[in-house]
Amino acid sequence: MPDNAAINAAIEVNGESLVATAAGALYWPAQEALIVADLHFEKGSSFARRGVMLPPYDTRTTLKRMKVLAERFQPRAIVSLGDAFHETGAEARMDEEDATLLDALMAGREWIWVLGNHDPAPPTRFAGEVCEEMKLGSLVLRHEPTQGAAPGELAGHLHPCARVRADGSTQRRRCFASDSERMILPAFGAYAGGLNVLDEAYAGMFGELTAWVMGARGVYPFASGALVRDPQSPAQRAAG
Amino acid sequence: MPDGALSTSDLPPVFAGWFAARGWRPRAHQLACLEAARGGRSHLLIAPTGGGKTLAGFLPSLIEIAEAGARRSNCERRVHTLYISPLKALAVDIARNVETPVREMDLPIRLETRTGDTPASRRQRQKYNPPDILLTTPEQVALLLANKDAARFFGGLKTVIIDELHSLIGVKRGQLLALGLARLHRLAPGLRCVGLSATVPDPQPLLDFLTPQNAGVDEAALIRAEGGVKPIVRVLNSENRIPWAGHSARHSWTEVYEAIKASKMTLVFVNTRSQAEMTFQALWSMNDDNLPIALHHGSLDVERRRKVEAAMTRGGLRAVVCTSTLDLGIDWGDVDLVIQIGAPKGASRLTQRIGRANHRMDEPSEALLIPGNRFEVLECIAAKDALDEGALDGEAPRDGALDILAQHVLGMACAEPFFPDELFAEVISSAPYRDLPRETFDEILEFVATGGYALKTYERFRRIVKTPEGRYRVRNPETAQQYRMNVGAIVEAPAFNVRLVSTKGPRRPGRILGTMEEWFIEGCAPGDTFLFAGEVLRFEGVDGPDALVTRAPDEDPKIPSWNGGKFPLTTYLAERVRKMIHDRKSWRAMPDPLREWLEMQREVSVIPKPDELLVETFPHTNRFFLVCYPFDGRLAHQTLGTLLTRRLERLGLQPMGFVPTEYSLSIWGRQDMSGVDMAALFDEDMMGDDLESWLQESVLMKRTFRDCAVIAGLIERRYPGVQKTGRQVSFSADLIYDVLREHEPNHVLMKAAWADAAGGFLDLKRLSNLLARIKGKIRRSDLTRVSPLAIPVMLEINKTVIHGEAQEAMLKEASDALIAEGMRRA
Repeated sequence: MPDNAAINAAIEVNGESLVATAAGALYWPAQEALIVADLHFEKGSSFARRGVMLPPYDTRTTLKRMKVLAERFQPRAIVSLGDAFHETGAEARMDEEDATLLDALMAGREWIWVLGNHDPAPPTRFAGEVCEEMKLGSLVLRHEPTQGAAPGELAGHLHPCARVRADGSTQRRRCFASDSERMILPAFGAYAGGLNVLDEAYAGMFGELTAWVMGARGVYPFASGALVRDPQSPAQRAAG
Repeated sequence: MPDGALSTSDLPPVFAGWFAARGWRPRAHQLACLEAARGGRSHLLIAPTGGGKTLAGFLPSLIEIAEAGARRSNCERRVHTLYISPLKALAVDIARNVETPVREMDLPIRLETRTGDTPASRRQRQKYNPPDILLTTPEQVALLLANKDAARFFGGLKTVIIDELHSLIGVKRGQLLALGLARLHRLAPGLRCVGLSATVPDPQPLLDFLTPQNAGVDEAALIRAEGGVKPIVRVLNSENRIPWAGHSARHSWTEVYEAIKASKMTLVFVNTRSQAEMTFQALWSMNDDNLPIALHHGSLDVERRRKVEAAMTRGGLRAVVCTSTLDLGIDWGDVDLVIQIGAPKGASRLTQRIGRANHRMDEPSEALLIPGNRFEVLECIAAKDALDEGALDGEAPRDGALDILAQHVLGMACAEPFFPDELFAEVISSAPYRDLPRETFDEILEFVATGGYALKTYERFRRIVKTPEGRYRVRNPETAQQYRMNVGAIVEAPAFNVRLVSTKGPRRPGRILGTMEEWFIEGCAPGDTFLFAGEVLRFEGVDGPDALVTRAPDEDPKIPSWNGGKFPLTTYLAERVRKMIHDRKSWRAMPDPLREWLEMQREVSVIPKPDELLVETFPHTNRFFLVCYPFDGRLAHQTLGTLLTRRLERLGLQPMGFVPTEYSLSIWGRQDMSGVDMAALFDEDMMGDDLESWLQESVLMKRTFRDCAVIAGLIERRYPGVQKTGRQVSFSADLIYDVLREHEPNHVLMKAAWADAAGGFLDLKRLSNLLARIKGKIRRSDLTRVSPLAIPVMLEINKTVIHGEAQEAMLKEASDALIAEGMRRA
């Protein structure tokens, strides 16, 4: 197995046993499903259009990281939890080789595109089922997390990350944000940014929040009390 | 004076009269500069501060403009002389200084400054109605050259004067300026370049800087100011015990205070900003005589710094505790003593710092060196000996950086369409880029146009496009705007303003005390206290671009230190220290505790020969240690430690950590390392794969890459106080680094970052020289307990533990600790 050194974390959400990987995808053994959020394909070329020539390999990197996981878990289904494409038109800019990679990844398994705000229309260049949201086991999968309590919801959209303090310095990493009832997945896309889980955008969503922080070789749980805010404006602080 | 040289009588009457009226005679070097200038020859003037250097630089221009003044009509006015200073404040001060003779001789000459602070209206006016003499900074020169008007604006330029040229050699700012100079030489053929410099070990790189290379132009003339008396340098032999470790020189603070009391005006140089704060605080607490002592370092608010400088010039201060911020600049008044606290690091730097004292050339400068620990005593003695011999250390400047070249190429496309062949010829006429291969230039060109990736998907988004006749021009005004926003070679670390708020009532925002790096503020929790601007401050929180603090005078600062400015010990000084340790005769000149320490080392372990590497192994507190003494600086030792740890790991020796100092490296682990084949362990091949795989995850490497990406214009600069908005539009340079490294590890920007890392935080050149030097010369000493020489590094261990895997380990530990805590409660 390619990255068997990674220690995955077992997380219970609404009674379902899920596995958070250090790469940022969620595996659901009972459903044999691999779930990834916010792939943001072609974010690089989106910047290039405006003269910021980011390396054009973000799509490829994202796909290769997915391929590693697909080979390891051999999932029956892969679910993209919305914002798979960075913007309308991104699909058409995708390099042929990347498109082939994606097609290969889709072959022989169920593929579901949950639509997101960056990609409200279904893809035209690729196969797969399309839906606004889907039910699986006792969970519902959608792009944007519901405000307030939402037991049994798996969502993306917010790109959760956590800032952890140790030894007088802090590290900011992507994370799975969850309590026992719901979860927000980290963005999987190579160029996707992150939003601190202590931001007001998450307010009221979790009971006892745990941030499952992605390290290079493992996923490490932190209770919300152990997390640090990003430097923020006063308005954000008051709301938090 | 040699025959045929100019004398006072060769000055135009008004100038001769001006000198005479003040009771002055032009100095020999001033006349030599004039002579070189009359011959149209570029020249380099090396003189200590206060040697009339400024006047020597400007005199030829003043005479030329004054003589032409009568003849020229107003509409012909173009910039005659461009003065470039690395410091904005210096440009402003020099303008004031040069205005004095202009006014007193009533010369028809207009002088103006142009800096980032110059109002837009004046800058606009300067374009169509330029002054005779324009005083500015390297960044402004780049901006002026990227303008469509550049050819007209600089067409009449006769002279460029570059002040403090020594500080621009081998650094990116200087490289950007060198490229700008190449363009100026093309726009104004026959241009005369004048460099003004402090004493340097090797003037050749400075001479090369001034004239076009590969172009058959005469080399610049070298003019040295007469004499200057050798400084009187003393190493403090403290009455108190010399510490084993640390750099604070705490044991000598009383003696520092006494030295200040006995002098008129003292500059107290320290090596880091946190040390400046600490020293200042200490001096102030013992200041029973109420001496006016001030603090000056790069994080303090500019206004505060200007006030201190003004007070110095007025003679209103007795001492200033400062960092390298006062290494450069105009005469700050009558300094009669320079104190260096902590290791001097290099003979040249020390010479320049001491040169800040007593700006009368016929009196010797006085300096006092205060070592902070035992090894620093050795280093101070070595530096003093070097200075007494007049020896200076120096290293050849690095080749021009590729990120700087990328920035310049875009700037030139903004100015006017160019043929690649012509621009290449121009670029390689600048000294830092004279060996640039054409392929690399083409790579940079492609980088500027499309990012230069092997995957060609950005063709249609090109930033510079080819015209039908084969020139390159900038695609649109937005691209030119991008360039203007990004110009410059300095990437400021993201920082917060440190703003004082009142402790009582509503938090009204108060004064800004200075700035503090983002990483430091991020590591602070509300309630944490630290030393800044000479006060103990309590961190309250963050508000937009401000870190809010309150005064906490009664508390001990909890977070004692923050980084800022650390130079490694120079190779030259290191060599002297190694020799000194080996040469028992030289021990006699050392303070008793030092001599006893080395004698003890000789008895229980080994004193290595100067070219040997001593490697000691011993057990200590349930662990096994390996300590070696290369004396090659903390940076090289840190890289060495990382690589050795990886190797020991592979040998199954379970290393647990390492700590580097300026002089030695200590590694510890769970198993005895005395059986290791040291020759194999220290083999040069560690610079290959081990290094490669470590860099993949190195935080410092990512930071280096980010800076290169910003300078090269790949990602936008973050300006202090401007926070990014829109959470998902932002991306981090780390992510880009990971992706690029995976797909194109040889991309031109990776090469740029690698070159920076190799010469910077990794100090690879130093490390590879070290490994080559000690090949076959490892002297091992397997001991049963700590050796005397090992004590200093052993004391550092509890303070800083660094390990290649530190980040991941920290994450795991922090998480584990929390889990353990949670389990206990349950």
